[in-house]
Amino acid sequence: MTPLTASRARPARASRRRFSVTSPPWLFAAPALVVYAVVVLYPAVSGVVYAFTDWSGIGEDMSFVGLAQFRTLLGDEQAMGSIGNTLLLTVTIVVVQNAVGLLLALGVHARLKSRALLRVVFFAPVVVSPVMVAFLWKYIYNPDPSSGLNGLLGLRVDWLGDPSVALWSIAGMVVWQYAGYSMVIFLAGLEGVAPELHEAAMIDGAGTWQRFRYVTWPLLAPAVTINVMLSTIGGLKLFDQVFAATNGGPGYATETLSTVLYKQAFVFGKYGYSTAIALVLALFVAAVSLVQVYYFRNREVAA
Amino acid sequence: MRRTFLLEIVMIAVAVAFLFPVYTLVSLSLKDPAQISQSPLALPAPPTFANFTEAWTAAALGPSLVNSTVITVVSLVALIALGSFASYFLARVRTRLGYGLYVLFLLGIVLPFQLGMIPLYGLVNDLGLIGTHTGMILFYTGIQLPFTVFLYTGFIRALPREYAAAAQIDGASHFVAFTRVVFPLLRPITGTVLILNAVFIWNDFFTPLVYLGGSGYETVPVSVFAFVGQYVSQHGLVFAGLVLGAVPIVLVFLALQRYVIKGFASGLKG
Repeated sequence: MTPLTASRARPARASRRRFSVTSPPWLFAAPALVVYAVVVLYPAVSGVVYAFTDWSGIGEDMSFVGLAQFRTLLGDEQAMGSIGNTLLLTVTIVVVQNAVGLLLALGVHARLKSRALLRVVFFAPVVVSPVMVAFLWKYIYNPDPSSGLNGLLGLRVDWLGDPSVALWSIAGMVVWQYAGYSMVIFLAGLEGVAPELHEAAMIDGAGTWQRFRYVTWPLLAPAVTINVMLSTIGGLKLFDQVFAATNGGPGYATETLSTVLYKQAFVFGKYGYSTAIALVLALFVAAVSLVQVYYFRNREVAA
Repeated sequence: MRRTFLLEIVMIAVAVAFLFPVYTLVSLSLKDPAQISQSPLALPAPPTFANFTEAWTAAALGPSLVNSTVITVVSLVALIALGSFASYFLARVRTRLGYGLYVLFLLGIVLPFQLGMIPLYGLVNDLGLIGTHTGMILFYTGIQLPFTVFLYTGFIRALPREYAAAAQIDGASHFVAFTRVVFPLLRPITGTVLILNAVFIWNDFFTPLVYLGGSGYETVPVSVFAFVGQYVSQHGLVFAGLVLGAVPIVLVFLALQRYVIKGFASGLKG
């Protein structure tokens, strides 16, 4: 009996092995892993190490200085100011860009004849290089009372030259460029709200505001989360627009973490210090991104 | 009915106000210096196209367009090839080590590139790739892989294993099963990967400025940056350069707007 079952089992196992599908080989991931390790992992790890040294960027001459770079940072008016500017810019952009994006989405979501065209118009600036958008706005913001925004509105504001206005002007051009991005994400959310829910609420006597507040808004929660994450990370990393429009000026009025770390590295050659600032920026961005990745992983499971 | 009509009027008014910068851009690019100083807000009368011919040569936009196209296209091909193969492995592997590798790739989404910016510059410099297309392609492939892997792996996990299994029972290798059967099924996500990465790479500024500045291999944003710096006071000329620099990607966007908006609306970032 025993040899018989054994001999029966053997071919069965063998045939199952032949047809059972193995996992793809490691070789499939190898090229990607090599490129990723060279371009991202190795430099990032080195970056963390350099933040604790006084490396000048040239040669091997460097020594570990512990937290000295971070102590310098705390006493560096320009760098500390840039942290304040970055946070202020980020909060402003997150609030205004998403509020405008939501209003545009609600407007375009209605059954308008021009909705397809409006959607394209509001979204178009998103695909254009931020540097070019900044150069355009640099002219729009020029102090001459007869041209640009001043000419249009009859004002005499030095949008980028007045230190108390410049940061808000930068936020304005970022919102102009990216409100359409928030809009399309909100639109995708609005399209997911079943019309039956609105009909039911209407039958129950809910007005327009009530329907928005109690039907649409709760269902837009995922879109709000995504938009807040994207605009927060974008705001924290903001570089191109500032670099092209004001280069951090007037004075240090529009200096951001990214422009300061760029200058420390490529203008002053203080690589160790620059990577210390980059590490601070990385911690800000990583904190926000972690929430984002966690959120998307959960959504992946729910889907 | 009446309310949608009112809303339509309001939204069109908003769109017109929204387009004021675009009007400024295009109208100034069609004016000569005298028109710009006398009537900066008016329509160009008569329009002149001299700015465009001068800007095209002064900004070296022809070569820059070639550089941008080569860098973007090759990076996209590399990203899709490396990313889809790696993701197929990561989505199907059942070991802990495989999952750990997936998490390691996701880490790249969290790390801002500024952290490794300077060591990477040193590395690319040591490899002799500063000021070359290859250096930029290597950079974009590496920096955008985590995001690409994230998109592909999520999509492949939702795809039944039976497609590849059927091919393998018919005698196909893993390589053939993936390239012939699975990869064509990935079209929707490949579209998203293409669009989000293309817009990011085409418009990226910081790294090409540092790697390619002054090399003769500048991409469009870097060339426009240098051009604007040089002719800063000649607004008509500068704006013609901006129009020429923006036109290629705007045309591609208009041709593919449905897909582009869909890609961005998925709520992920390049």
